[in-house]
Amino acid sequence: MAAIVTTPRPRRRALASAWRKYKWPYLFISPFYISFLIFGLFPLLAALYLGFHSWDGMSAPHWVGLRNYVRLLTVDQFFLQSLANTFILGVMCLVPKLVLALLVAVAINSGLLRGKTLYQVLYFLPIVTSPVAVAIVFLTIFGQRTGILNYVLAGVGLQPVRWLVEPWTIKPAITLLIVWHEVGWYMVIYLAGLQSIPQDIYDAASVDGANGWRRLLHITLPMLAPVILFTVVVDIIGELQVFAEPFVLVGPSGGPDRQGLTMAMYLFQNAFVGMKMGYAAAQAYVMFAIIAFLSLLNIKVFGRSGTR
Amino acid sequence: MDEEGAQIMVRLTTPRATRRPGSAALRRRLSQAVLYVLVTGGALLCLFPFYWMVIVSTRSSADVFSFPPPLTPGGLFPQNVQSLLQSLPYGRNYLNSVLYATSVTVLMLFFDSLAGFAFAKYEFPGRDALFTFLLSTMMIPYTVTLIPWFIEMKWFGWINSYAALIIPSAVDAFGIFWMRQYIAGAVPGELIDAARIDGCGDFGIYHRVVVHIASPALGALGILTFLGNWNNLVGPLIIMRDPASFTLTVALRTLVGLRLTDYGALMAGTVLSVVPILLGYLAGARRFIAGITAGSLQGI
Repeated sequence: MAAIVTTPRPRRRALASAWRKYKWPYLFISPFYISFLIFGLFPLLAALYLGFHSWDGMSAPHWVGLRNYVRLLTVDQFFLQSLANTFILGVMCLVPKLVLALLVAVAINSGLLRGKTLYQVLYFLPIVTSPVAVAIVFLTIFGQRTGILNYVLAGVGLQPVRWLVEPWTIKPAITLLIVWHEVGWYMVIYLAGLQSIPQDIYDAASVDGANGWRRLLHITLPMLAPVILFTVVVDIIGELQVFAEPFVLVGPSGGPDRQGLTMAMYLFQNAFVGMKMGYAAAQAYVMFAIIAFLSLLNIKVFGRSGTR
Repeated sequence: MDEEGAQIMVRLTTPRATRRPGSAALRRRLSQAVLYVLVTGGALLCLFPFYWMVIVSTRSSADVFSFPPPLTPGGLFPQNVQSLLQSLPYGRNYLNSVLYATSVTVLMLFFDSLAGFAFAKYEFPGRDALFTFLLSTMMIPYTVTLIPWFIEMKWFGWINSYAALIIPSAVDAFGIFWMRQYIAGAVPGELIDAARIDGCGDFGIYHRVVVHIASPALGALGILTFLGNWNNLVGPLIIMRDPASFTLTVALRTLVGLRLTDYGALMAGTVLSVVPILLGYLAGARRFIAGITAGSLQGI
């Protein structure tokens, strides 16, 4: 009996001494875990629960099994359209954004231009402003009937385009806005990557007679590959959650023929306008699955490139 | 390699390379000029929407959509601001945005650097697992937690309250990661030992030593955090119901898409919300970009 009573005591004493020893680091990191428990983990599990229920936000949720998911992925034309829109927009934005950012970064880093810092500051300027402000400005650039962009088009002899009225120009309009807004961010990241490439590699290549193009193709791009991959993944994950820009530019319902309806906008519509909370939660988990898949792919790819 | 070696030999032995000494320099000059034109043109394209914003904010809607459109600012800015103030409590919205973004930034810098310090400079059981877990939470998209989070805020009675926007954002994984990476590299262990010998407690070491050395990282993280919250739309959009508690982004959003949008007033509000940010950015741009440059590739 005595043994049973006394055994916990040393353990407790060991715990107490461990606590005395490690009290500070645990205290210092605890705010994050407490906050995550309340504002991260609870919502995450609640969304999983809600996804299997039908709920208007007021009365008791009732169980519907997989019906939300089945409807989303097979019947709901709006969801499938928003999924396609999001991916198409993502690619339309990603390619010019990263290519332009890379070209500008290489040009600024080439040593041929002066005023490197000034260029960086100017190209980075758009990203410090809010998507809402930027979308409002572009609203007037695209114009209702006329607009400054159409004025420019007329100047080079092209017909005016009703950018935000015709279904087929909605995506190009959103793309133009997002590319303009974010190109500077990736430019700065690429510049950081370029500056970390050792100069002696270039020197050696010059001695070997490699000209500018060949140095770009055979040194810069391969050396920058991990950075490029990183930006591609980060950008795709960001694009999959695009909300504010199309929301303000073409309106909550996605504009003509819903060409600007993204997944995040449709989720917002379902949850906070249609009050279909359970259905929207299921949609959130479909998005989560897509993003998690891409993130894991990213880790796999990075893991491999790290060992190379 | 052989081919390239042969080329060098050709370069070194034949007089062809030296026959036209001007041609290489000329080509360099030419590509320099082309680059200048392209890169400067791109920079001007980055600037133009800001200029256009000023034009619209100083003119009437009729002016803006006339053909050809005006290319210089007008003189109607005061009138536009006046009509903005008639449709929105914009001063109040402004104050809301300032207080909201500032509170989140201050709290987050404190909690993130504290945790970053612990992960960088302490050994404790479970440290690596806890850190890996923290990193993995960054993969959770905001859209997943949005709905239950909103319901939670409703339970807490935080609808229309800034507690909903500030408290859940007071600490975040990215900032902790950012601070850990910087502190691990920048704060020498000997300095911490020395401070401890001098009688500094753990928190004393944090606020007397770590905070000072980590100030460049804190600066860049602070600006990113402030901008992120100042520019945030989704959170304030679902939490704030009453125009007096709107942030700038939500307030401006409500003016868009009205049947007769007053673009002059809307753009005057946009200018007011953007200009202080731009001025602040331009004042600290060099250091800020240097901070981003140093931090952006930490993940790779």
